Amino acid sequence: MSFEVGLPIVVPLLTGALCVMFWRYNAIQRALSLVGSLAILAASIWLLVSVLNEGHVVMHMGNWVAPFGITLVADMLSAIMVVLTGMMAVAIAIYSLASASPSHERFGYYPLMHLLLAGVCGSFLTGDIFNLYVWFEVMLVASFALLILGGERAQMEGAVKYVTLNLVSSAIFLSAIGLLYGLVGTLNMADIAVKLGSAENPGLIDVIAVMFLIAFGIKAAAFPLFFWLPASYHTGPVAVSALFAGLLTKVGVYALFRVFTLIFNQAPEFTHELLLWVAAGTMLTGVLGAAAQFEFRRILSFHIVSQIGYMILGLALFTPLALIGGVFYIMHHIIVKTNLFLISGITHRLLGTYDLKKLGGMYKARPFLSVLFLIPALSLAGIPPLSGFFAKFIIIRAGVEASAWVVTFIALLVGLLTLYSMIKIWAEVFWKKLPKGVDDTALTAGKTSGSLVVLYIPVVLLGACTLFIGLHGQPIYEFAEYSAQQLLNPQGYIDAVLGGGQ
Amino acid sequence: MEPIMAIAVGLMYAAAIYMMLRRSIVKLVIGLMLLSNAANLLIFTSAGMTRGAPPLIPEGSTIPDGIVADPLPQALILTAIVIAFGVLAFAVVLIHRAYNILRTDNLDQMKDTDT
Repeated sequence: MSFEVGLPIVVPLLTGALCVMFWRYNAIQRALSLVGSLAILAASIWLLVSVLNEGHVVMHMGNWVAPFGITLVADMLSAIMVVLTGMMAVAIAIYSLASASPSHERFGYYPLMHLLLAGVCGSFLTGDIFNLYVWFEVMLVASFALLILGGERAQMEGAVKYVTLNLVSSAIFLSAIGLLYGLVGTLNMADIAVKLGSAENPGLIDVIAVMFLIAFGIKAAAFPLFFWLPASYHTGPVAVSALFAGLLTKVGVYALFRVFTLIFNQAPEFTHELLLWVAAGTMLTGVLGAAAQFEFRRILSFHIVSQIGYMILGLALFTPLALIGGVFYIMHHIIVKTNLFLISGITHRLLGTYDLKKLGGMYKARPFLSVLFLIPALSLAGIPPLSGFFAKFIIIRAGVEASAWVVTFIALLVGLLTLYSMIKIWAEVFWKKLPKGVDDTALTAGKTSGSLVVLYIPVVLLGACTLFIGLHGQPIYEFAEYSAQQLLNPQGYIDAVLGGGQ
Repeated sequence: MEPIMAIAVGLMYAAAIYMMLRRSIVKLVIGLMLLSNAANLLIFTSAGMTRGAPPLIPEGSTIPDGIVADPLPQALILTAIVIAFGVLAFAVVLIHRAYNILRTDNLDQMKDTDT
């Protein structure tokens, strides 16, 4: 019995429940949320250490042996994702101390946040396809409620789109599970992988594979199913959109990685070819959409879409190097994107708007913040020696080695256009003079207020992570290499799950 | 029995998609409701239907006699119904709030966040 696999799910659920008990005491909820987030990080690091030692850590819930019970499995990919979740949880918890307004806190901001984290960790750790659906729903319900905290006009419109598309995706996911169960008669992912190998109906398997692709593609905001993301992510409270940007779409990407390496690996010439063109379309549409935008968070939202394309590209090429690149990209992207959203929140705090045309003068008044922006922005565009350079380098090298010239060219082009968008933000927000008629009292106030310092802490920490991955990427690369190795040899996963109880 | 169920499932999906393509948010939610129920019915049908054979293990034996109905799909459906119920309750509250704030139920007029 490996207790540590369940811990990253239990801790946030418990924290959330405790926060509900202190419904009226915001100060206690804040403290609990911070402690709970640190506990998730600690638990996830414990899990990572176990996975490094044992390869796969498996826990059968209620001692029901697989494939009959629900199994929690952590391989290297899950462990990495859970550690990143822990890191984001801590960053957002600190940021929320200064950014969450009391009216949000009164409506259950912290309990919902931890419920969301429980759903995210559950999705990463479960080894059962129906359980994955349940965790998705846990995550979604929490995210619906978080997105509309505040109840502004734009939030309502964004939420209607977000809720609808995600429910459609869930329904497709559920239908696919139903068909898959009809085909193989099991829900345990390892067992499905074994039984699909001997299933007779390759046509139906392809249909189910495409249904999973659509369901997870909507969650991950892949082309052509991405349009709900830029319509909704920028409407929520800023800490919430930072968390969504970092983690939620990556849950969809994780599910794609899991399902298309473990279960649907019989016909890569069909499924992974499809993924390749999905990746190309995702990269291009995302970056072109961003080029047309003039709202800080909307630009960043479109860039989530384009970056998702790189991760899917890593999966689609399906070579060892490409998978390493995909996993490395996920790690780099979660940190960088959350950081950029947090910075957009700070500029909003200083000037009261997200509109690039009304922002300006930030470099003159806040040079330190400008440097903090440059680190993730240049990393996102892939400038050496930051983390994004190595992530893009690995993927593009894998593309060249696999002779996928068109897609590799698109990946390079998108890198260039990303730089264009980041320069646009830099020029508009930081470099140009403050437009006339904008209230700049908060910006030019000489002393940095206490709450602003709290907002800076997670930004500095995440920026340090980006620098660390860039300057000392070897251990991170080895983690990615190890997880790619496991993804390419699903037999190890299958043996760990099915052999464990015998 | 299966062909009838298959047709019913198909009809429900068609009706759900038709409703979701309408302009009104109320019809959108009805469409989502139908969609989740269609998925439940699909699980029920595709898992195979066995009539009059409850999955009971006779006393003194460790495996059931002959072919019995599979209880697992029904557990799945039950879970899915509960989840769908919760999510739809949220969706209903959401469209109510959205109507109060936006003063419209027409999806075509909810385009402020698209540009």
